Amino acid sequence: MSSSQNSATNLQEMSPITVTRYAIINTSAPFDRLKGKESLDAALILASYEMDVSLFFIGNGVYQTQANQQAESIAHKDYLATFKALEFYDIEDIYLCQDSLTERGLATDSVFDDAQYLSAEQIKALLPQFDVVLTF
Amino acid sequence: MAIEFNNQQIDTDSQGYLLNINDWHKDLACIIAKEENIELTPAHWEVVNFVRDFYITYKTSPAIRALTKALKAEYGEEKANSRYLYRLFPKGPAKQATKIAGLPKPARCI
Repeated sequence: MSSSQNSATNLQEMSPITVTRYAIINTSAPFDRLKGKESLDAALILASYEMDVSLFFIGNGVYQTQANQQAESIAHKDYLATFKALEFYDIEDIYLCQDSLTERGLATDSVFDDAQYLSAEQIKALLPQFDVVLTF
Repeated sequence: MAIEFNNQQIDTDSQGYLLNINDWHKDLACIIAKEENIELTPAHWEVVNFVRDFYITYKTSPAIRALTKALKAEYGEEKANSRYLYRLFPKGPAKQATKIAGLPKPARCI
């Protein structure tokens, strides 16, 4: 088989394997009803099916990313502890809105070791590259 | 549903997963394993203890993909491949190991 035929075959084989890119946008404070928990469940389910998942935290959503919250003291399940397990689900692209942190007097710091801090403008510019955007 | 253990009724969901993780005991694990037709060996215990620690740390039962990845980080490739895990837990490592470890069923397992 010539090399040109080879590459044509490869292209055909590869075309069905298009991974859907999901942006999950968290805009709610940690224990605002169940939004944060539901958002995380959605992220883990999608990642379990090998979808490409990126997480964004904007507006009050940035409160979810702060360390030392004691969910159990208000009789909630500590779903924030699960953020530390995201690496096992290959969820590595985590974006925090720097403007939202600043507006709320929060430092550029979070429970994520390697989150990326972007301005609202930068986040807006990033979103069109995703196939699906889910907002919680 | 419930399991009888030490003259107590331990509540479970309809599929036999404990409702309260604090009801768990090593001897209870053996009873659950028996119902799953699994004889617990040290290799099984390694995985059962691992998923229990995972839950206590991250507050979530790992689905299979996360389980293998986390196991790999701890024990290396040889104990983290799904063939090895399916040999230990034929009906699904994440499902059966979490059940024996007294944890909720992983939400991502059908």
